[in-house]
Amino acid sequence: MRAERPPLPVTILAVLAIAFFVLPIAGLVYRAPWATALDELTRPEALTALRLSLVVSLAATALAVLFGVPLAWVYARVPFPGKNVARALTTLPMILPPIVGGVALLFAFGRTGLIGQFLDAGLGLRIAFTTTGAILAAAFVATPFLVLTVEAGLRSMDRRYEEAARTLGASRWLVFRRVTLPLIAPALFAGAVLSWARGLGEFGATITFAGNLPGTTQTLPLAVLIALETRPEVAVMLSLLLLAVSLVILIALRDRYLRFS
Amino acid sequence: MLQADVALRLGSLALEVQLDAAPGEIVAVLGPNAAGKTTLLRALAGLVPLERGTVTLDGVAFDDVARGIRLPPERRPIGVVFQDYLLFPHLTALENVAFGLRARGMGAREARIRAGSWLDRLGVGETAETKPRALSGGQAQRVALARALAIDPRLLLLDEPLAALDASARGEVRRDLKRHLASFAGIRILITHDPLEAVALADRLVILERGRVVQTGSPAEVTRRPRSRYVADLVGVNLLRGTATGGHVELPGGASLQSADRVDGEVFAVIHPRAVALHRARPEGSPRNVWRGRASALDFQGDRVRVGVEGEMPIVAEVTPAAVRELDLAEGGEVWVSVKATEITVYPA
Amino acid sequence: MRARLVAAVVAALIIGGCTSPTAAGSPQINDVTVFAAASLTDAFNKAGDEFAKTNGRVRFIFNFGSSSTLATQITNGAPADVFASADEANMQKIVDAKLTDGAPALFAGNRLAIAVAAGNPKQVASLADLARPGLVVVLAAPTVPAGRYALDSLAKAGVKVTPASQELDVRSVLNKVALGEADAGIVYVTDVLSAGARVGNVAIPEQQQVVARYPIAIVTGAKGRQLARTFVDYLIGADGQRLLAGFGFSRP
Repeated sequence: MRAERPPLPVTILAVLAIAFFVLPIAGLVYRAPWATALDELTRPEALTALRLSLVVSLAATALAVLFGVPLAWVYARVPFPGKNVARALTTLPMILPPIVGGVALLFAFGRTGLIGQFLDAGLGLRIAFTTTGAILAAAFVATPFLVLTVEAGLRSMDRRYEEAARTLGASRWLVFRRVTLPLIAPALFAGAVLSWARGLGEFGATITFAGNLPGTTQTLPLAVLIALETRPEVAVMLSLLLLAVSLVILIALRDRYLRFS
Repeated sequence: MLQADVALRLGSLALEVQLDAAPGEIVAVLGPNAAGKTTLLRALAGLVPLERGTVTLDGVAFDDVARGIRLPPERRPIGVVFQDYLLFPHLTALENVAFGLRARGMGAREARIRAGSWLDRLGVGETAETKPRALSGGQAQRVALARALAIDPRLLLLDEPLAALDASARGEVRRDLKRHLASFAGIRILITHDPLEAVALADRLVILERGRVVQTGSPAEVTRRPRSRYVADLVGVNLLRGTATGGHVELPGGASLQSADRVDGEVFAVIHPRAVALHRARPEGSPRNVWRGRASALDFQGDRVRVGVEGEMPIVAEVTPAAVRELDLAEGGEVWVSVKATEITVYPA
Repeated sequence: MRARLVAAVVAALIIGGCTSPTAAGSPQINDVTVFAAASLTDAFNKAGDEFAKTNGRVRFIFNFGSSSTLATQITNGAPADVFASADEANMQKIVDAKLTDGAPALFAGNRLAIAVAAGNPKQVASLADLARPGLVVVLAAPTVPAGRYALDSLAKAGVKVTPASQELDVRSVLNKVALGEADAGIVYVTDVLSAGARVGNVAIPEQQQVVARYPIAIVTGAKGRQLARTFVDYLIGADGQRLLAGFGFSRP
């Protein structure tokens, strides 16, 4: 079957749109110091930043799943007064400029913050300037993605399967574990991947709340900015590294989505 | 023994039903759409709360609103076969059947063996490793039945068990289902809107209309003596209601008829369309029941024609196409109707 | 007919936006874009106001940030007219890229200070105290002039400090201390002065001090070349120097 020819203005706009996204990446590839690429990427600072980025983003995703799935379940299944307000508040980090998020975290969990001062005074627990802080900052911006996706999945699934499971004798926890979760697995996976991608690229909230220290809080995006000041070629290589990881994530996501749709 | 006295409201439906069922009989709840059949089944399964009433099985209370008792579905010894089967799409047929067993604490290996034998018993052993979307309608129905039976329930509930099948598969599956239901020892309740299904499978019918039971009895009793328009239409007879003195029945609206049955009081009167004779002019002869009317609808059904007659005595007659031609019958045309008194069955309402 | 009218209006707006009005007698507003080190924020804002009072219609567009970031931006084509750096190394980048119009001139000096929470609750008295375990110290990143100066100063004092964070510019260091998130940070004396009562000041003795030298230069292709030149001369002149001194800067 022959596909329909798109109208000319649509084609032009689409080509321009693709160019808009491809050109910056082409710019990076063009400016990359390919001769010394491997040396730059295997320097300890680069590897440390990459390792830290992976640890922080994966930990943030784990937190997002741990807290996000129950939250999504409550939003999708439990009516309670003020639900719309709660949902708006927990979606805010998605829209908020990350720096604002970082400042907010600082004022809540920093040493002089709302909760932070008790943590510091009572438990000697400091969150800012630690890897934990970086993980929290990433989780703060990443969790809403997971909640949104999983909630949509829960709403669109056929709840009668859960009823059938209950008539077969399954407790509510068993129903969730063996019926609900498998049925929303595609949505959960997509949400987790989106969270991970967001956490991987997190910068503004991290620098404001967790700070910038190689090995502790200097994730890959921060390393790129620092490198840009004195050694731009290293910045380019690190950027391409982040780009490659992001591409892999996106391609993996697309596959999964298609298989279950 | 199941004893249910349920009252609940769902949307615009007000359900008020008293239903008893014993292990020896298969009960079919029959009724038109929106009668509340599915809601009743869901209430017995514990998926919908009661407003008032009790449900007891073998003396154990499932629901007792007055005492605040409500047993959740997972604690009721029930097995449900749903209209769309609701086989878990991410599990194979075997895993589906084993699900209930595992949920009730059985070990994985034993559950698989037990599930496998149930699939064999229902004749779908070869589907064990198949996912539900690859099953035919008949296979899926049997797997769903196996899943419900495997957990050894005391109460088996079936929601329109044959509705999802196409006509060609229905007959054979119905016969199989009857066989499997017969060999099940517990209480069996099925709900359906298909009278053929109900009559073929059940020992006792419960007719549900608009949330209430209008009639209950064996299929033969119910069809011979319908007590509602719904059943009468199902069976295809004319049903009238009136007040009788001796054999004379006064109908609301002024008309009256004479029956050979001697009954007094509020009565139902049944006239089979085949017993209704049509004439072009007022007939002579023995029939005591003669009325004038107007043919309002002609329904050609193969070698017979159903003629609806309006007038002082609205009635449906069944005649041959030849008769229609001879009488020069057309919609709106005048016609005379007669019925022999012996052809009218009258019984107390 | 309607479409043509719209097109004409749009064309007029675009053309009007691209050129400046040259009708006789109409006021001419000149923009001067200045890229300056973060530590010059308050001083340059004031200088801009003062300069505008006596030099006609001029509008300053300031871009404050770490000198290293600014230098990178300029070498990549950012439209600066004037560049004021916190160290000579970053200015050298611009010179090497042949982007300066004339030689850079040193116009100000700065020294380092230790910023602490108001009232100095942790009793910080010297650079050596910064190595105290449990003390939360932030420094500017080593790629930023203030950060490198701080490391030089610490080296002179023979002190090894593990900072909790390496901030992207010196103002962020000051802010973290002012917010109470950090106990101490090494900043410029001008920063401590500008923060006023929000932070405490601990002086660094002269033998451990590092003198920051601030060069300034015109960037090639500056649109308001004449005006930029006049501004630089003002800063180097008596009035400018007096203004800078008021903010804590020393002579170059």
